[in-house]
Amino acid sequence: MEAAERRVISVIVINEASVLSRITDLFSGRGYNITSLTVAPIPESRYSRLTIVTSGSVRVIEQITKQLHKLIPVLKVIEHADLVEKEMALVKFPITENLADISALCAAYNGNIVNVSEDVIITMVADEPKRVDYFLSAIKRFHPKEIVRSGAVALER
Amino acid sequence: MQISGAQMVIEALIAEKVDTLFGYPGGAIMNVYDEIYKQNSFKHILTRHEQAAVHAAEGYAKASGKVGVAMITSGPGFTNAVTGLADAYMDSIPLVVISGQVPMSLIGTDAFQEIDAVGISRSCTKHNYLVTDAADLPRVLKEAFYIARTGRPGPVHVDIPKDVTAQIAKFDYSKPVDIETYKPTTSGNTRQIKKAVEAIAHAKRPLFYLGGGIINSNASEDVRKLVTMTGIPAVETFMARGTLSVKDPLLISMLGMHGSYAANMAMSETDLVIALGARFDDRVTGKLSEFAKGAKIIHVDIDPASISKLVPADFPIVGDVKHVVKSMMDVAKTLVDKERYTPWLETIENFNRLHPLSYKEDSQDLKPQWVIQRVGETLGDKANISTDVGQHQMWTAQFYPFTRARQFISSGGLGTMGFGFPAAIGVKAADPKRVSINFTGDGSILMNVQELMTAVEQKLPVINIILNNNYLGMVRQWQTLFYNKRHSETDLSMQPDFVMLAQAFGGVGYRVSTKEEFDAALKDAIEKNVVAFIDVKVHRLENVMPMVPSGGSLFNMMLDYKEK
Repeated sequence: MEAAERRVISVIVINEASVLSRITDLFSGRGYNITSLTVAPIPESRYSRLTIVTSGSVRVIEQITKQLHKLIPVLKVIEHADLVEKEMALVKFPITENLADISALCAAYNGNIVNVSEDVIITMVADEPKRVDYFLSAIKRFHPKEIVRSGAVALER
Repeated sequence: MQISGAQMVIEALIAEKVDTLFGYPGGAIMNVYDEIYKQNSFKHILTRHEQAAVHAAEGYAKASGKVGVAMITSGPGFTNAVTGLADAYMDSIPLVVISGQVPMSLIGTDAFQEIDAVGISRSCTKHNYLVTDAADLPRVLKEAFYIARTGRPGPVHVDIPKDVTAQIAKFDYSKPVDIETYKPTTSGNTRQIKKAVEAIAHAKRPLFYLGGGIINSNASEDVRKLVTMTGIPAVETFMARGTLSVKDPLLISMLGMHGSYAANMAMSETDLVIALGARFDDRVTGKLSEFAKGAKIIHVDIDPASISKLVPADFPIVGDVKHVVKSMMDVAKTLVDKERYTPWLETIENFNRLHPLSYKEDSQDLKPQWVIQRVGETLGDKANISTDVGQHQMWTAQFYPFTRARQFISSGGLGTMGFGFPAAIGVKAADPKRVSINFTGDGSILMNVQELMTAVEQKLPVINIILNNNYLGMVRQWQTLFYNKRHSETDLSMQPDFVMLAQAFGGVGYRVSTKEEFDAALKDAIEKNVVAFIDVKVHRLENVMPMVPSGGSLFNMMLDYKEK
């Protein structure tokens, strides 16, 4: 077996009913992995853009790309080689934690405190997925109450 | 013009020149059936089960080359049709299947006969639509037919809620289809084609590997010319039977699990595979790592996803086989020297002499292979041949003398028992001048036996030849070979009286166990031109041979098995 590697694929689709199911059905039906998936409409167009992080051997990735292309509402499939990739994470901390340290850490990962309430704060960071991993392990000692990751988005350089 | 959604369906079918529609009415599709009642432009054939309606449409499509059309209602009507959709999807058969749906206001409420039809059909259709506005119907129906028949053909499902069929909107069918995201490639890359033909000219042992895509693209005449022009031998997949005539000296036979020794050996010894519209299915290749080992691969297919999916291609060519083969001929004319392959043809001839496709006659019982050969001798080109699934299907592919494309109609990819009879009804509707034969087994025929009523009512005289061994034969064969003869649930000793069964529906039944009786029955059924069951008692333990055990290498064939 060839080694599985992480790949980011962008898919431009017509923004119509059930198009997302067509994509996810294809992945589940053919036994491909989805590590993360983000989707949003492309401004001022009838298209949406999906960013799928997946893993597989070169052959599998090639099949995924071709199978995605076969779906009727798919306009374009971009298998990224040279890309800029970002992911966002929101983390909720008890307000009793060391806010100065948390804030400093967030700043190091393109983030800040975005919301404060009586007993919790919410922070946001936006960085490469790998660096988001580092951030999330660094803030463990501040007892995060909830973490949400957005999944990656990417653009070809 | 302003018409109802139901009327739009009729107008669209007329515009698409549909002459036969197979279907079964029900609550959610009633508005459309009301319009069917009022029209005279096409014929509606009422099957007795929705699955059969779709299989009949498949048979019609395969025999005619046109898009087959089936219509069903929501809920169970639709779920019954799913097997047909899946079958057509696996075998790339162009279909448009229209289903009724509960009214829009009831969708999502678990209404009576509601099911998420497009959710179910998504994974077994080329594309599907849920129409939520009658104004979309003309475009959707036109796209459905276009998508079904272009590119790699396949079934398209259109689900229409009942209120949409009642809604009035503007009908304009003249607008050409323009789907920005769907543009199949038809003509292959010229440079790549030239490189491929150069590889052919330099090969010592090239081999055509002909697949069902040739039949879909109506390219069999062109392929015949290319094969003759180059003098290169050819093997056919199950789906491609009839591409070359059995009389063509360059046709080796079918390859694969039950392919001939010569075909499988040729594939194992070749140094250049020229795959035309074939998809390297596991039943064809056996163990992938040993398949055509050491050979270069030219792979022509309209579906880019088929190329290098299982076997990496050295010369991938995306395009319609018909276009590509024509371009190949232009180049091959000057490049390819026929004489070059003579030693290779001699090698293949030796394989053929060593282990030809054969069977041994039995002093007591009829052999199923004899029956198939006999029908071939009697009817040959004058019959279209459908089959169900199992041993009889493989014997038919091995022993019937096919002479033309679209003569053989069978469920290849999905392997659907119950396909044969309704498909043969569709074949007869498409090609009424030819005799429609369905080779079937005593297991398969009972899955869709209700279609006797359709065939009798519609005067579509299909002759069903039941190769009756009182077994679910193919499974029994595997149990014999790989499960130490533990014949779990495959003994079908308990059977209906097939003669009386046919008679009960107004057909004719024959029970035969000798050659003379068979000849007489076949002759009588053809002359009477009636729906018939010929129940042929055949040798119970006959096996389909040769056989490449599942996952084995093509050159490692079981040539015979002696029952102890």
